[in-house]
Amino acid sequence: MGFLHNYAYYIGAFGLIFVGLYIILTKHNLIKAIIGLAILDTGVNLFLVSVGYITKGTAPIFSRPGIDAKRMVDPVPQALVLTAIVIGVAVLALALSLAIRLYQHYGTLNLRKIREQKW
Amino acid sequence: MRRIISILLLVIVTFGICQSLAKIPFGTPKTKVGGRYINEGVKETGAANIVTSVVLSYRGFDTLGEVTILFIASIGLGAVLGSVGKKTVTKTEPASFVLSTGCKILFPLILVFGAYIFIHGHLTPGGGFQGGAIIASAYLLIYLGCRQRRVSQTAYMTLESLGGLSFVAAGLVGLAVSGYFLANFLPRGTVNLLFSAGIIPVIYIAIGLKVGSELTGIIDNLVEES
Repeated sequence: MGFLHNYAYYIGAFGLIFVGLYIILTKHNLIKAIIGLAILDTGVNLFLVSVGYITKGTAPIFSRPGIDAKRMVDPVPQALVLTAIVIGVAVLALALSLAIRLYQHYGTLNLRKIREQKW
Repeated sequence: MRRIISILLLVIVTFGICQSLAKIPFGTPKTKVGGRYINEGVKETGAANIVTSVVLSYRGFDTLGEVTILFIASIGLGAVLGSVGKKTVTKTEPASFVLSTGCKILFPLILVFGAYIFIHGHLTPGGGFQGGAIIASAYLLIYLGCRQRRVSQTAYMTLESLGGLSFVAAGLVGLAVSGYFLANFLPRGTVNLLFSAGIIPVIYIAIGLKVGSELTGIIDNLVEES
């Protein structure tokens, strides 16, 4: 139980990465693959933030005087994830737009049926 | 067969990553650079929010690159979706009176909230990226609630370019005044006041406008397509 308590965030984040990778590898529907990409993205972000966490830590903001700097969580992964989330949204939108064009061109989203996309 | 192979592959990858994860302790400080930012950040940048000072001051050049990625993604989306000329205007049933009125009342409130988030980026949790996303969500609400309304394309493209240009301009002025790119050349002021931290709020406002208009443009392109 102690192991689970300590590593719950790692396990959760890695579970999301696992699910995302599995979806990307096995699904033939392009929209489902994109959903897998989004889940993978969330998992990576959660993992980065949880690496920077400090037990019973507070947000790294000096909003009032007398905040203990030693209990603040690591700001670097948070700064990375902050931009990664927005970029993830933009990349998702780009992938969806490509999916729209593929559907208009081939009339299907099944990757097996799209001849040039067979893999 | 394919499923079995991919599960096997995933199990191998999982095993490898779990091996390395077990060696990373959870909940203890790990990087020295994070402690350095926390201890010296307020003194050096004047921003109460350390994450903001990391994003815009210590790693400001990185952020410029990330904003560029966002820009390229939005350009790519415009190129993929906008290039085919003829737009078929489909008649959509207007939303009900309650829905459209509710959207019109909520829209300015969400805009103000987004602006609040990115103007106070150096004091409270939040900043340009989050505020921009909130502003884009206000426009998404308008697109869903009042379907005949459209944002003018020139307006959001102008805002987007202005935001990006003012980010680069702030960096270049820093280069001219203090000798390095994105130098904090304005006075730091008192910590925890709105007018503090030099150019950080200025850059965050630019990023907020840029991200907001970019995401609005993405929504606009996707709505036009559907």
